[in-house]
Amino acid sequence: MLGLGAARLEADMNRLMALLFHQFIWKEKMEKLAHPSTRWLMWDSAQGVLDEQFMQLQQLQDESSPNFVSEVISIYFRESEKLLKNVRSLLSALHLIRTFVANWRVMFLSHRADRECTDYRKIGIHLNQLMGSSSSVGAKRVRTVCLAFRAASEHRSWSGCLRSLEVLEHEYCYLKTKLHELFQMEQQRVMAAGARHHPLLS
Amino acid sequence: MEVLPSMWPEDIGNEARKQFNMEQPGADRDMLEDVTIKEETSVVDFKRLLELTNYSEKGSSQLTYLVKHWEYRHTNAVRLLNEELNILSKQRQEVELKKLEILEEHRFEDDKHAGSKRPVSILEEACDVWGRVPRKRSDVVAHNRKLDIDAEYDTATYWKLRALQVEKMLEETIKREDALMQKLQENIKNLETQTSPVEELSQILKRADNFLHFILQTAPVVIGHQDKELRYRFIYNHFPRLEEEDIIGKTDEEIFSGAGVKEIQDFKREVLERGSPAKREITFDTPLFGSKTFLIYVEPVFSKAGETIGVNYMGMDVSDQVARRERMAKLREEIAVQKAKETELNKTIHITEETMRAKQMLATMSHEIRSPLTGVVGMAEILATTKLDKEQRQLLDVMLSSGDLVLQLINDILDLSKVESGAMKLEDTKFRPREVVRHVLQTAAASLKKELTLEGHVADDVPVEVIGDVLRIRQILTNLISNAIKFTHEGKVGINLHAVSEQCPGCRERRKQGLTAALQSTRLAKENSSETQSYIDRESSHCSTCQKDLHQNSTEKHHLTNEDTEKHNQQYEKIVWVLCEVYDTGIGIPEKALPSLFKKYMQASADHARKYGGTGLGLAICKQLVELMGGNLTVTSKEHCGSIFTFVLPCEVPSKRELSDDHDENEAISDCDIAADSSRDEINGSFIFKPLTRGTLFSSDGSMVHETKLFGSSMLDALHISNGLLESGSFSSNDCASRKRASFDTVSAISDAKKTQAEPKGPAQQSLGNDANDIGRINRRDEGCQDSRNGFVMHKFDSSIMDSSRTQKITDLQQGKMASSDRANMAESSKSLQTCQSPTHEKEDNCISDSSFKILLVEDNKINVMVAQSMMKQLGHRIDVVNNGLEAIHAVQRSHYDLIFMDVCMPLMDGMQATRLIRSFEENGYWDASVTNGDDHAMTCSDTLIHASNAGQCRKRIPIIAMTANSLAESAADCLANGMDSFVSKPVTFQNLKQCLMQYVPC
Repeated sequence: MLGLGAARLEADMNRLMALLFHQFIWKEKMEKLAHPSTRWLMWDSAQGVLDEQFMQLQQLQDESSPNFVSEVISIYFRESEKLLKNVRSLLSALHLIRTFVANWRVMFLSHRADRECTDYRKIGIHLNQLMGSSSSVGAKRVRTVCLAFRAASEHRSWSGCLRSLEVLEHEYCYLKTKLHELFQMEQQRVMAAGARHHPLLS
Repeated sequence: MEVLPSMWPEDIGNEARKQFNMEQPGADRDMLEDVTIKEETSVVDFKRLLELTNYSEKGSSQLTYLVKHWEYRHTNAVRLLNEELNILSKQRQEVELKKLEILEEHRFEDDKHAGSKRPVSILEEACDVWGRVPRKRSDVVAHNRKLDIDAEYDTATYWKLRALQVEKMLEETIKREDALMQKLQENIKNLETQTSPVEELSQILKRADNFLHFILQTAPVVIGHQDKELRYRFIYNHFPRLEEEDIIGKTDEEIFSGAGVKEIQDFKREVLERGSPAKREITFDTPLFGSKTFLIYVEPVFSKAGETIGVNYMGMDVSDQVARRERMAKLREEIAVQKAKETELNKTIHITEETMRAKQMLATMSHEIRSPLTGVVGMAEILATTKLDKEQRQLLDVMLSSGDLVLQLINDILDLSKVESGAMKLEDTKFRPREVVRHVLQTAAASLKKELTLEGHVADDVPVEVIGDVLRIRQILTNLISNAIKFTHEGKVGINLHAVSEQCPGCRERRKQGLTAALQSTRLAKENSSETQSYIDRESSHCSTCQKDLHQNSTEKHHLTNEDTEKHNQQYEKIVWVLCEVYDTGIGIPEKALPSLFKKYMQASADHARKYGGTGLGLAICKQLVELMGGNLTVTSKEHCGSIFTFVLPCEVPSKRELSDDHDENEAISDCDIAADSSRDEINGSFIFKPLTRGTLFSSDGSMVHETKLFGSSMLDALHISNGLLESGSFSSNDCASRKRASFDTVSAISDAKKTQAEPKGPAQQSLGNDANDIGRINRRDEGCQDSRNGFVMHKFDSSIMDSSRTQKITDLQQGKMASSDRANMAESSKSLQTCQSPTHEKEDNCISDSSFKILLVEDNKINVMVAQSMMKQLGHRIDVVNNGLEAIHAVQRSHYDLIFMDVCMPLMDGMQATRLIRSFEENGYWDASVTNGDDHAMTCSDTLIHASNAGQCRKRIPIIAMTANSLAESAADCLANGMDSFVSKPVTFQNLKQCLMQYVPC
């Protein structure tokens, strides 16, 4: 009975993995979300959420570090969340700068322009970080969106940044829920497997 | 002969009768026939009427008038008849005379020749008596014709015929005369018999009465007459509720009761007394006819003797009108209220719109003007760093200063409108008045183009730290100082600061308000704090040069600060009024210009405006700002002697608690820094910036702006470089100078100066002990050189004469500090990366893994670190991890590595730079000065000192493998160009890594 459950779980996991690697159902959603300027992202809407780098991670997991993947991923999410938060606050600050009178420095000349410039640069740095870690865990689509986002920040296009952020957050949430699901299954599978092989229970 | 008036007056007395229109013919009668007159509505006391007509003046006059009129009419008729009679008799006489004449003529007809006298016929047109009787005239004409035809003129027969005819005519005339006489007699007789005045009068009266009845029968009026005692003698009432006997002989009060009765009674009495008619509106509310409003007209009636014998009164029911009027009034009132509200609303809307528009304008202005302007100025600044010839540089300077001016102007206008619209919020921060004064003076001195002495004095009673809007205070001071400098050509300009005991109860309130306002604008505050933060950073780094000598007496200083804090405790949250004077020895302000001094766009005179320029906004802003802070700004001035601008500001003194809080917040300032700073300020309350005779140095160097900007940092650099010298004591000062030159080529002038400074003391660098002494000297002289470059000598800024032992001490101290901070850093990073090994751990493990292949991973991304670490572990290697280029360099300095994986994009120092530096070290054997340019120069100095012994060991080229994410900035070619050996693209796969390692790891 339990063994059957474990087998089914494994099958489920495989299905989910397949889904994550070859994603199609997401296409319509993307179409709705995408702005003409970010529509070029569409080409990879047919791409998988994950790529082979995730396999690499799984390969790295062995007896000495049995929870390596989930550890890495959880750190990834923790870090990404921070980065996203920063990016969001920077963007809102930029919005304020865009709209608000930035006048209180008699002595400092190019304060506002400087500020704007540094803010966009900061966003770029954060995105670089996110991109690096995303590519390391194999979050392919997050990485792609980051790329677009970074391009927007390099062009100092606030609206472009905002749109990219929207897509990025959507993408990120999707990845998070799916991976969470995956890990839960994995856990159940391990438990089921453990139960089957447990000497006391067998 | 004149035209005779009409024979019979058909419309005799027409004009006179006009007032009796009712007597007019025909139609009236017909009208009256249809009308049935209710006699009974009119209630008359006939006896009284008689009395009235007999005794009252009005009545008798009316009667006399009627009689007189009648008499007049008749006399008139008689007169006319008599006239007619006269005329007729006259005519008769004439005719008789004619007759006689004719007879006489005829008598002498024979004797005389034909008539010399022209015969005048009475029938001739001019004296046509019968014009009105054409019948007879035609007869006459016939006679005439007959006369003309029948006889020959001027013959006897003619005259006979003529005589006969005339005789006939005469007879006719006599006949007619008789008839007229008869008619006249008849008329007279008729008159006598027909008309008696009484009859006519009574008829007239009757008719008048009828007409009155006819008119009044439906009118809502009450007409009455009351006697002297206000008893009714006559009443005509349209609303008869009472019988005649109920009214006649009674007063109003006796007849009915209720509201208004008393009033009407009083009114009538008043009229009676005053003897003049009056009108009044009286509202009755009686049980008899309910609530009604009457318009009452009362007129007094006088006796012949002129006494009042009663009143006539007439009342008209105007209840409806009154109600309507009241409704109208109410409506009008409502409309007025509505309108007032509307205007108020409109005003509010207008104001709101104005405010919105103003805000919009502000935003637009700042954005639309400032951003392109900053672009222009920024570009110009960048341009200033490029190679330019002298003329170009001059042009650029003008461009920059103009740009600054415009920016300043825009800021001024924005500031002013901000203050005026109430949008200006004060942001309270802690600050040190001494520092502010010094900084303001320093800034002013830096851009000073005149030979002026700038001085500042801060009295001892001014607290070390106060709370206030430091930016605004600085703005005020800067404004006033630049103003003073502008109008001063020789002498001095200065700032005096001292505390005054003035305390007003309202000030605290005001400050509190300011505080809450500041709290509301958290965003602003945030911005501000970051600004101040950076400012403090700069300050502290600036002051780190003087830290050395201060550390020496650190115990003393601590004692001092303790005292300080005690003082603070006593003055817990006290408000100190700081009086600030900005004085100059300039041209002064004429007395008549003083009132308009603080007005917008006003300058002392048009001449001044032309001569000195400026917008006239500065002082207005200052005043508004000072007032916003709860102080006041005044000025005293004497022409040609100078002016003093004085303002008093309430400043809160921070409590000790807040002080310590602040330390926690501003991590950038370490505790000892503060102690050093404050104590220095304690000692140096005065600052003087004296003008130097400007030498070639000043004129020769390129851009002033740059000089002043780099001033602080270059001093710092000087120190670092000296440290560098100390560390690697084995190379010549020449080298050092040239390197310096290479790294600071923008400040070539400075490095030139340094070179000259450094050269003579080359040999002195042999021993370490001497070194330190020299460094102090270098520092001092560098400073001097620096300052003189700006045209000033800064006194009391730093006395860096120190002996070797002290320097040693400081170095030790700093080493310790930095080492500890470094350790803390490492600890932190190791905390966050559970699996990651920090170099400090590694150091301990060094002996164990010494034999194995040592790999350093330089990567800031934790995930990447984890993955790479895990992969390395699988490949059988242990790696050290650092988070950025700088750390990588430190790690390389600290220990030996066989392979470095270097991420390209990293904070603080990226992979490229780190690689360059490492390569340069490998080539030259020493670390480039700019390595130490970071925040922890002391650390590098200590490290390199330690490391100096195995410097030779380091010379081997470490393979550096770049890890790129394939973005534009990090192309493979760049990596190789920067001295990297190979690269792996990210994300790193197991396969890639393995391949890469194969190349470098000896198996």
